[in-house]
This record gives sequence, structure tokens and C-alpha cells, in this order.
Amino acid sequence: MYSKTVMDHFRSPRNVGIIEDPDGKGEVGNPLCGDMMTIFLKVKDDYIDDIKFQTFGCGAAIAVSSMLTEMAKGKSIDDAKKITNKDVAEALEGLPKNKLHCSNLGADALQVAIKDYEAKKAGQPKEEPLRKDLPMHKHGEACYCPYCDTQLPEGESTCPNCQLNVTTTGA
Amino acid sequence: MDIVNLDHLSANPLLPEVKDAMINAIRADFGNPSSQHKLGDRASEALEKSRESVAQMINSESPKEVVFTSGGTESVNLAVKGVAWAKAEKGKHIVTSNIEHNAVLRSLRRLKMMDYKVTSVPVDSYGLVNPSDVAKAIKEDTVLVSIMHSNNEIGTIEPIEEIASITREKNVVFHVDAVDSVGVVPVDVQKLGVDLLSFASNPFYGPTGVGGLYVRRGTHLWPLLDGGVQESNRRAGTENLIGIIGMGVAAELAVKDMEGRTAHMKEMKETVLRELPNYIEHYIINGHPERSLPNLVSVSIKYIEGESLVLMLDDDNIAVSTRSACAAGALQASHVLLSIGRDFADAQGTLVITWGIENKKEDLFRFLKALREAVKTLREISPLYPKSAHA
Repeated sequence: MYSKTVMDHFRSPRNVGIIEDPDGKGEVGNPLCGDMMTIFLKVKDDYIDDIKFQTFGCGAAIAVSSMLTEMAKGKSIDDAKKITNKDVAEALEGLPKNKLHCSNLGADALQVAIKDYEAKKAGQPKEEPLRKDLPMHKHGEACYCPYCDTQLPEGESTCPNCQLNVTTTGA
Repeated sequence: MDIVNLDHLSANPLLPEVKDAMINAIRADFGNPSSQHKLGDRASEALEKSRESVAQMINSESPKEVVFTSGGTESVNLAVKGVAWAKAEKGKHIVTSNIEHNAVLRSLRRLKMMDYKVTSVPVDSYGLVNPSDVAKAIKEDTVLVSIMHSNNEIGTIEPIEEIASITREKNVVFHVDAVDSVGVVPVDVQKLGVDLLSFASNPFYGPTGVGGLYVRRGTHLWPLLDGGVQESNRRAGTENLIGIIGMGVAAELAVKDMEGRTAHMKEMKETVLRELPNYIEHYIINGHPERSLPNLVSVSIKYIEGESLVLMLDDDNIAVSTRSACAAGALQASHVLLSIGRDFADAQGTLVITWGIENKKEDLFRFLKALREAVKTLREISPLYPKSAHA
């Protein structure tokens, strides 16, 4: 069901771990719903000098984290900001349709970590690690939970499957 | 490649005797059991012989009470919808439990679209239904109670006899989904006192695509499939004779070997439960400690997710099953695990380990060793694994 590249990154994930005193940290997802990802950044002269991740999730979620960190490592902050979910999924030679939300999680974790870095740099560090509620995504008229892909009842912002709040803005 | 199959829940291998019987049946060029000539007679004899074997396995009063179907799902659909439709004039209320298989739950969901009402009783932290909850849920217009014999995710065996005495007293039809019990543990429909009981052939090493429904004499139901008058007008369509012959042989062997198989299954279960703490920490065993299937252990492993675990164990040629939402096509958390009080995160890390008659103890140790490594690797990656939990 998974591509060779996904299985390779799942079996030998790159950049696993924690960076003590990171310059940026981003956490997305929720263990209550299945997937959770934390990205740690070490930044030197606005370039990503080191990046590490921790992930609680399925094979796709682990592979996404690994690929994402490989793609971001060594990039300038400006270039890293341009990495999208689609880029990560493509680099992994595609993901099954019901696992595409895992790539959203990865790219979002990186963007949150970069925001955390920028806030610290601007002298406005956040006390808590930055978190982000994921926006629901749309296929046609229907909206789906970003965490578990359950279709949301019209006008609802709480997922009936995992009971989590999702924001209504965004993709 | 030497694959250790600890996922008998998903598929059981066919017994050699079953394979032989089916191959011989293919070679025999049987006719249609409904035909009036000799070719038909031979087919009909083979069909009725299998029906007797199956009837003996579940101890039905007469083989006529056994209806052959295409498997557990069809049996359940036939029982639930067939009774609901046949009894619609008496009432449209059905009682079930929160941990039934989707075959039951989705049949009921369909019936709700036809103005039926459903009351679902809760289970305790072991997954046990309280019979008095069933008694309280039954109303004037209740036409059916459907409760499973054993749960396919956690193995808990429900108090069917107690519930049956309530439904008999209240004159309500009682269907039991016994797909994971029949041929695995003794199931005696007369002793249980049930009206309908669904089963499938594969759990006792017969072919997939074949199953049956026990229908106590006098229990009225509408067929799902309309057409010919096969199976006493309860299931139209020419019977899957080759599969049914396979199931008949598997049923005979299940009866003959039940004691030996059960002893082996129990020993395997004791071994897993005894050895697990020597291999991993931070887990919860799901299901009832005594009232449960001997061939299944459900374990929620904390801080990790089940699909990754299944993939890692597969790399070591070990097949197990997970209840993680990430591995389910619909990405939904298991309703069974949530019903017994597991939270979403623990449900995510749940493995179901099921063994069969061909498994040996060394298979379990191979699994346990691979599990220890996989859990260690995944916890190192996991942000949920607390520092205080590190050894």
C-alpha cells in the first residue's frame, strides 16, 4: 500500500530526536486523535542548521516527518517556508488518499516551528511551545476533519469521530 | 518465507482434510441439489450431509434449522433484517449492544432509515453486557434482541444464556452473532436457548465465503435474497456446494478435536500473558480475564501507534492485526475499545494477536522478541513517551 520511498523512510527515519534549547519548536496534531508531530529547529544565520522530529503516528506520519526534515535541513528559513504538503507527498512518491492528511501535519509542524523561531528572534518568545489547530479540508462541498478525515456535519466545527475542534479557515 | 501467522482473526488456513474434500468435490462434477434426477440427488446428499455435520457442531434439534449462507456477514444481515421485516407489524424496536460487529451495527443503521428504532446497551470495562440492561431496554414493540457471543476485538464472551432467559420470558426473538465462537469454543444452541445464531466457516478452518444461520423452528424471517425456494425458502440461489462440503468437514473436525485444540489455545494464551511483562512495559490487556476466547489477546500498548507496529513486525515476518484508526480504511477509532473505556491514544496502540492450531510456542517468543524491539524503536520516535517512563 505504501511506496518504496515511504517504506524506506519509515524503516530508517532520518533526524529522529530532540534538540535541547531549540531555536524553534512546532507541535501539531493531537494524540487523542492518532497523530502528533513535534519539530525542533537549530538555526544559524537564518539557515536551518539542524532539525529533529518526534512523531506518534502511522507509517505514513513517520515517513512524512523524516522526509520533511531531510527537505528542510540546510535550507534558508525563507526557502523552508515554501515547503508544502504537496512537496512532501511528492517526494515520498505519493501517499494513499486516506493518508494525505499526514503530510498536512508534517508541513504544518515545520511552519509552526519557523513561526516560533521568528517570534523568539523578534524578542517575543511564546511561553508555551506553539501549537496549531488544523483547518478542516474540503473535497467538493463536503468538509473533512484534518485529523481523522471523518466528514463533518454541515456547520459543525467539532469532529463527531475524534471530538476535536477544527478551525473553519484555511485550505 | 517463514511467516508467523498471529493474525488468525483475519484469515485461517484451511485444514488439509478440508482442502482434500473440496478438491474431490470439484472433481466430482456435482449437479444442482434442487434437480430431480440422479445428478441432483448426489448433490443433495452431499449438501444434507454437511448440514448434519454443522447441526451437530452447534447441537441444533434438527438439521433443518441450519440455513447455509455466504458467510458471517450475510448470516447476520439475514437474521437482523429478516426478523425486523417479518415482525414489522408487531413493532419496530430492536435492542443491541455498543460493541457489536459492523455487520450488526450497519444492518441496524440501514433499518433506522426504514423507521426502526434501536436501543444500544453499554458494556462494562471488560466488555460485558449486563443482562438486566437488556431486560430494561425491551419495550412493548421490541421485536429483536441481537447480542454477540464473543467480541472479535477483545475476546470477551457475553452472558448469552442469561439474556436468552429474559428474551424468552418477554417473547422477543434473540439473535446471537457467534461468528468468532462457533467451532472455536463449545456453542450449544439448545443450551443457550437462542432463536437465531450466525456463524462462519473460516474461524474453524473451513473456506471463506461460506457460513450459516441457525434458525430455531418456528422463528419467522424474511429472506434477504428472493428467487428460488432453496434453503427452505429462506435463502434463494443455488447453494455453494463445494464451499459447504468444506465447511461440513471442518465442522466434523472441530467437534472431534475441540478438547485438544482448546487445551493448546489456552496454553498459548497463558504463555503470552505470562511472558508479556518480560518483554514490554506500559500496556493494558483488554477483555475479560476469564470469560474470553482462548485464541485471542488484545493489548493496548501506550505511546505508540498500531499501524507502524504492524508494519515493523511484518518486516520480521510476523503477522498481527491492529485496531488503530490509522489502519482502518475509514480511519475511525474502534468503537469497541472506546466502549470499554480506552482513550483514543491507547486505542491507537492496540494489537490483536490471534493464533491457531498450527502455531507453536516458539512463534510467540519470536513475536515477543520482535515486539520488544519494535516498541523500543517507536517509543524513541514518539513525543508521547514520557521521560519518567524511560527505563
